[in-house]
Amino acid sequence: MSAPVDVSPPPLLSIEDLVVSYATAAGRTRVVHGVSLDIRAGEVVALVGESGSGKTTIGQSVIGLLPENGRIDSGTVRLNGTPISDWSQDRLDGLRGARISLVPQDPGNSLNPVRTIGAQVGEIFRIHGYRDRAEIDRRVLELLTRVGLSDPELRARQYPHELSGGMRQRVLIAIAVALKPDLIIADEPTSALDVTVQRRILDLIDDLRAETGTAVLLVTHDLGIAADRADRVVVLQHGRIQEQGAARDVLARPTQPYTRQLLADAPSLARAAQRRPRPASTPGEPAIVVEDLTVDFSVTGDRRGTFRALDRIGFSVAAGTTHALVGESGSGKTTASRTVVGFQSPTSGRVQVAGADVASLRGEALRQWRRTIQLVYQNPFASLDPRQSIRAIVEEPLLNFAPVPAADRRRRAETLLERVGLPGATFGRPPAALSGGQRQRVAIARALVLDPAILVLDEAVSALDVTVQAQILALLDELQRERGLTYLFVSHDLAVVRQIADTVSVLQQGRIVESGPVQDVFLHPLTAYTRDLIDAVPGRRLQAAE
Amino acid sequence: MTDVPFEQQAAPATPHRLDLRTSTSRLRRSFHPGLWISWGVIGIVAAFAVVPWLFTGHDPVDGSPLERRQAPSLVHWLGTDELGRDLFARIVYGAVNTLSGAVVAVAVGLVVGTLLGVVAGSSGRRIDDAVMRLVDVLLAVPALLLSLSIIILLGFGTVNAAIAVGVASVASFARLARAEVVRVRRSDYVEAAFGSGGRFFAVLWRHVLPNSLNAVLALAALQFGSAILQISTLGFLGYGAPPPTPEWGLLIAEGRNYISTAWWLTTFPGLFVVAAVLSANRISLSLRGRSA
Amino acid sequence: MSSRYLVGRLGQALLVLWAAFTASFVLLQLLPGDAILIKFEGGDLGLSPQQIAEIRLAYGADEPVLLQYVHTLAGFLQGHFGYSIQRGVPVTEAILANLPATAWLTALGFAVATLLAGTIAVVSSLTGLRWLRSLLRGLPPLFVSVPVFWLGIVLIQIFSFRLKLIPVIGAGEWEGLVLPVLTLAVPISAPLAQVLIRAIDEVRTQPFVTVARAKGASSRWVLFRHVLRNALGPTLTLAGVLFGELLAGAVVTETVFGLNGIGRMTEQAVNNQDAAVLQAVVVISAAGFVLINLAVDLLYPLIDPRLRKTVGATT
Repeated sequence: MSAPVDVSPPPLLSIEDLVVSYATAAGRTRVVHGVSLDIRAGEVVALVGESGSGKTTIGQSVIGLLPENGRIDSGTVRLNGTPISDWSQDRLDGLRGARISLVPQDPGNSLNPVRTIGAQVGEIFRIHGYRDRAEIDRRVLELLTRVGLSDPELRARQYPHELSGGMRQRVLIAIAVALKPDLIIADEPTSALDVTVQRRILDLIDDLRAETGTAVLLVTHDLGIAADRADRVVVLQHGRIQEQGAARDVLARPTQPYTRQLLADAPSLARAAQRRPRPASTPGEPAIVVEDLTVDFSVTGDRRGTFRALDRIGFSVAAGTTHALVGESGSGKTTASRTVVGFQSPTSGRVQVAGADVASLRGEALRQWRRTIQLVYQNPFASLDPRQSIRAIVEEPLLNFAPVPAADRRRRAETLLERVGLPGATFGRPPAALSGGQRQRVAIARALVLDPAILVLDEAVSALDVTVQAQILALLDELQRERGLTYLFVSHDLAVVRQIADTVSVLQQGRIVESGPVQDVFLHPLTAYTRDLIDAVPGRRLQAAE
Repeated sequence: MTDVPFEQQAAPATPHRLDLRTSTSRLRRSFHPGLWISWGVIGIVAAFAVVPWLFTGHDPVDGSPLERRQAPSLVHWLGTDELGRDLFARIVYGAVNTLSGAVVAVAVGLVVGTLLGVVAGSSGRRIDDAVMRLVDVLLAVPALLLSLSIIILLGFGTVNAAIAVGVASVASFARLARAEVVRVRRSDYVEAAFGSGGRFFAVLWRHVLPNSLNAVLALAALQFGSAILQISTLGFLGYGAPPPTPEWGLLIAEGRNYISTAWWLTTFPGLFVVAAVLSANRISLSLRGRSA
Repeated sequence: MSSRYLVGRLGQALLVLWAAFTASFVLLQLLPGDAILIKFEGGDLGLSPQQIAEIRLAYGADEPVLLQYVHTLAGFLQGHFGYSIQRGVPVTEAILANLPATAWLTALGFAVATLLAGTIAVVSSLTGLRWLRSLLRGLPPLFVSVPVFWLGIVLIQIFSFRLKLIPVIGAGEWEGLVLPVLTLAVPISAPLAQVLIRAIDEVRTQPFVTVARAKGASSRWVLFRHVLRNALGPTLTLAGVLFGELLAGAVVTETVFGLNGIGRMTEQAVNNQDAAVLQAVVVISAAGFVLINLAVDLLYPLIDPRLRKTVGATT
């Protein structure tokens, strides 16, 4: 009797029982606990997880570029059957770029600011032994053309800051595919880009991959992207694999509770219709009225060079409802929200909040008016004073107005903190001891302690993981019902907007291109731009699976 | 204008994410024995200044002419000088002159500089510009030359030398304090404080000052070390305490005449200066690490 | 870079210089009382009041303050820095006589310091040996903590008296410069090395360095072709400060080694309350600082293309 012989070739990449730890002040912290996965030639495998899941660390381990304090404790990484995880950096240098390459997360800082695009693309040829300058130049132009950059001769002479984010990501992809590697590690390749650009970049990776048969390890937090682009999906949580399998199986029939949770929390365009309608809004004066609002910024420090951030926009928000301002970066949505709360003065036009003309308010009147409208910031790590305790942060607004007895202050702060779902043990701690989601709860409690009528939420859930995001959105929804709050919700994320807003205005380069009830705008977009935005939202396969 | 080095050092590492992948140098800092040694050195030198008689039985000023220029021995640990005075006793009793000078110098720089910086950073553009041009002028002149100008004006002496060194550090404090105030003022939490109805001075007091001053304190520790250096330099040049006061820089200047025969007279006081300055710098580094 | 910026930047430099002059005038000529009285009425010279009055007239000491100020300013603008009370010669003459020696000392000191700092930063960044890295990175903090004058004395002790490599007296012109240059260079190299190391470390955490490594570049390739040029910027901003530090270092170094030069002259000026000399040195060093910083600001775009005016940039 002969033992069964496995005749299939080894997988392109095989990770076996990988354990990775980082040196921290408290000793070594493990972040990857025995992960095993295979990637076959030409396959796209998505590594999906929230922050702290270890997905980026796994990618770094494969290409041998862990941070200085990181270390592979045990386990093996094999490339075509050859173990490479114990290779020296010198030996890995020959492999990197040629056999395994990287498309990084942040195109903004991933190109050397002081060298030309051409030099940086050409460099990969020089590193791997090409000597003929003319040949290298020719190949650089060929690559830049291939990744869809117009006027490649000009681009090759330009510096990174002269290119947009999407163009820079194309250059980075050109570098990654230059030597036709077997495997590309794409670490959140589009998370820093606007949705419409995001889709084009992912399409480009798909095309190039199909052309050369390169395998891709796609590291992402976005289940929608994984669903749309991957053959197989690996779901990670806290450094362990929760579930892996063919993309359509995992998404249609998740076997693990964590995967189901992720799927349920992922904002998706399909599910938004379930939103319960707001309580009938009282007829009368809307809470916010914006008319003909224009805001110019001075660029050169004088009047000659101005940049028009907002161009005669107008919208109004009925009391007790949520209005969303949606747009990509540079659309002016943040400027609009800052003008509404009185941090930015309008160049012309009118902003009326709770019956007051915001631009005309000065001094004490402005200060008193601020009680009616509060802002919640995008980044909960920057919007809380690191030296205050949680309780002090929430109490502080009460100190600014008619004196409230200390005990009363404390009680009101604590009641509110409990209401937003923070455990009592955290009240005395500084913000640094809390997670991102908890901090955003603190920020919401601070915003509510003065009993305002209106909350302006500036990308308030964008920095959070999907499961946390879902919790905060649910909290906001409850608070709105209880207190009859009016929300102005600023976001780039259409799926989230559809979940929470009643009405929406779509901004493009400082103008409102479309507005109306959410359902109308999303189901029957009138402009090409809105349609484009909606189509670009990842997760169509996810919807199909439902 | 140009940045002084310290501001580059103090550039805040953006701690927006609680990230395990921080640099190892910062991790090692938290349990480095060098820091404990540094606090130890500063503690001992401070004790020299406060209770010198606990450390030596010899008199720092009266020596016995019979014991001139003796090499280090069990009786005279660090040897004796040309008048037979015990060198270790002179170093111990000299600490008070050098240290108090450094304290005065840092106090002058810290108070005047921080005040200027906070005013510039929290005022409107015009006052800011005026103050910072003044600071530019102070920065344009090398510290030593600035100190020498003050000394020509005020005359020689321990206190005058200390004030001269302090004035030379005003610009660094002012620039750092302003930079920190401006940084904190731009932060979301300050805007949020105004947004919840906070008045200008309340926000300044509750948020801006507490968050700006950590870096300024770290600079104070650094300046303490450099003040020791500069005060000993002025002492060496003869502009500080007059003989026979045992100031550290002056000890080295006196020992210089016997450089070929009595090496200990210059070597040991210098080592004490180096140890004190090194320790102050090390402590400054740890304070800065905490403020980041 | 627009011409508006250029004019503004130039104006700012001139303003600082003028303010430095005015401050030094107030500090050193108005407030200290009367240098001539100190010098000539001390009694040892035995001058009659009439003679003193003549001297005062010659120095212009009794003119109204504003007129003195205008005269002094006009003089400075033409390169006349007044008279040295102590030496009895024009300050300009004394400075010119002492300039070559100090120029050599500081130029060599600067060159050695740059070399030292560059070596420390590059070797400590490239070496795989942990002990060598720790050793090299420990040097700059040590160097800043050493008093310049003490370092000079210790070097004399070691090289002249112990090892007898360099004679104390009668050393050749170049031989005699070795120890002073070293004394000057070591403390100057420290801030340079610290800023360079910090800049290198910071640039190395940038994502573009990871991308370069992912292309297959070795750590040496990355350091020389990507990191160093980006790290040069912060280091260049030190140039103005270093100029002043070199001058200040020359004061101490020349005093310790008994060399004649601007530094020694300054030290003697302070001993003799010779304010005019000190004022000239202060104003010259401020001018050097301002000019060097101006040059650095204007040259910066050569290093960082982001600051260049871009024509037809598209996004």
